[in-house]
Amino acid sequence: MALDENGAGTQDILLEIRDLKTHFALDEGTVRAVDGVDLDVRRRQVVGVVGESGCGKSMTAMSIMRLIPPPGQIVEGEIRFHRQFDDRTDAKDIVDLAQFESNDRQLRDIRGNQISMVFQEPMTALSPVRTVGKQITEAILLHQEVNKAEARDIAIETLARVKMPNPEQRFDDYPFQLSGGMRQRAVIAMALACRPQLLIADEPTTALDVTTEAQILDLMRELQAEYDMSILYITHNLGVVAEMAEDVVVMYMGKVVERTDVDSIFYNPKHPYTKGLLNSIPRLEDVLQDKREKLNAIEGMVPSPYQRLQGCSFHPRCPDFMPGVCDEAEPQLIQLDDGHAVRCHLYT
Amino acid sequence: MTVYIIQRVMRMIPLLFLLSLIAFLIIQLPPGDYLTEHINALRASGRDVDEAEVERLMKQYALDRPMHVQYLTWIKNILLKGSFGQSFQWGRPVNEVIGDKMALTFLLAIFTTIFVWTISVPIGIYVSVRQYTFTDYLFTMIGFIGLAVPGFLLAMVVMYFSFAWFGLKVGGLFSPAFELEPWSIAKFQNMLTRIWVPVLILGIGGTAHIIRIMRATMLDELRKQYVTVARSKGLSEFAVLMNYPVRIAINPLISSLGFLLPWIISGGTVVEIVLNLPTAAVVLYRALLSQDMFLAGSFILLVGTLALVGSLLADIALAAVDPRIRFGNVEEM
Repeated sequence: MALDENGAGTQDILLEIRDLKTHFALDEGTVRAVDGVDLDVRRRQVVGVVGESGCGKSMTAMSIMRLIPPPGQIVEGEIRFHRQFDDRTDAKDIVDLAQFESNDRQLRDIRGNQISMVFQEPMTALSPVRTVGKQITEAILLHQEVNKAEARDIAIETLARVKMPNPEQRFDDYPFQLSGGMRQRAVIAMALACRPQLLIADEPTTALDVTTEAQILDLMRELQAEYDMSILYITHNLGVVAEMAEDVVVMYMGKVVERTDVDSIFYNPKHPYTKGLLNSIPRLEDVLQDKREKLNAIEGMVPSPYQRLQGCSFHPRCPDFMPGVCDEAEPQLIQLDDGHAVRCHLYT
Repeated sequence: MTVYIIQRVMRMIPLLFLLSLIAFLIIQLPPGDYLTEHINALRASGRDVDEAEVERLMKQYALDRPMHVQYLTWIKNILLKGSFGQSFQWGRPVNEVIGDKMALTFLLAIFTTIFVWTISVPIGIYVSVRQYTFTDYLFTMIGFIGLAVPGFLLAMVVMYFSFAWFGLKVGGLFSPAFELEPWSIAKFQNMLTRIWVPVLILGIGGTAHIIRIMRATMLDELRKQYVTVARSKGLSEFAVLMNYPVRIAINPLISSLGFLLPWIISGGTVVEIVLNLPTAAVVLYRALLSQDMFLAGSFILLVGTLALVGSLLADIALAAVDPRIRFGNVEEM
């Protein structure tokens, strides 16, 4: 919607999520992990999804992959994936990923092939008892018509592309023989082996040290251009968003509260929550100039996930809280003029 | 890997020595010995004792000498001549008495393990992916019944009903016609028609046990991220399960293979007595009762050795399937 008006034609769209709701029916009550998310990813675009822990950003990613752990379930909404069959033709086919059973054959054909995912913890993302090579070639053999030797060549080539040192040798190594950064490279190679159209990266650098993080971020940007793919980049780190994303989606309690391009998020944030997030980043110059005030954390706590607040879910913590408005009606996502959307009563 | 195996074998040598010492001490612990028992029994029944024969046996096994000499004599004979001594009770060399029984016990252990594994590993995997469902509770219940009912009771129930309903005598491993025959294909086939009864009875307790182990380790592994990653590659659920969590959850079972034989011998004795099986456990039990010291000692030594060899083989197998052991890397993943 917003992005279409932003000048991009609909043929450029890769993924449209409409009113996605993923709920967990637990004994203590229903957790609305994802509660009406709208999101678009265009081809060759990097979209950042930011928010605190538990805001539903990872569950949105898992919903796209249809890998939500039970008892989580998509209860409503569509995840329309515009898949391209062949690089030479423009023939496309729109599938709604939300419609499939989570173990459906068609879905498995897309998983790891056209959409793949890089996970947070490189230490546990690989099985310790199988070689790196075996875990990479598995996906290649599954999705491409190649024999084992060809799959091995593709895997080693992909390892080389992610700048794994000595890829041929690493191919036969076990994950515990690799460092954290190398493991994450292996995981990325695994995700890229089938040249996906969409790569979902769920905090891929959170578990790594800062130097390795910078290397992996650089690598992912290079690969995005090289592989001509879109990336849905999920993180809680605004610095990473600034470096990676073109468009940014801010989530709070299962909902999108603000959506715009990366410059607007940093220079012209609209939603009080986004402003709060930006304020809470400690600034180096403040520290150096000895203006060492306490950290500007957002007031209050994230409400319990079982709680369902009336009105805006952010109102108990909001500095711009308007009694009688914010705790009464739930705000809608409001389209501001410049492809900037915000879910807040301040802008109605 | 070779270094690992050599190290592992070297470590067995002191263990074997200790084992032989303990085996010898155990058979020496009860007061008296077989010869004195035997002589007393003969005298009590008023029969004559061949003093010369007694003298000869005393000399041969150094029974009149101090304990350490007896031990050395025993060990020397085993190591140099491969002779485990004389079974007083059977009146034959221990080697002859043991050979057959050991083979049968081994066979029984192997059949039981195959039975237990083919039943319990798939069930364990299945209930782990269906945790807290009706099937899970059902198998848990059946499993606990299997664990709780003593094997010998089950054996008696099976014997009673097979006789009462089908007129079958299920005791023993062979039909009377084959009992004393030498080994032949026909005898082996005859055994196959009967061995399933003890296999079933001995296996039921083990089945419940392995289902529990498999379920618990699977549940641990299923929660790990690499399983989700495997699913994200587009693998079918079956391929995900077999190549990822099962591949790791099976390891504790492999390492338990080494204790197969001791388990059959110590756990199955009563069942085997009830079923009248010609297995090692029964012979050992009788040898201990009558203080047939060389027979009992040799059994304990042999079973212990086989347990050590078994755990060596299990460790090698484990190293073969688990690279973390092979590379001596103890990092938890």
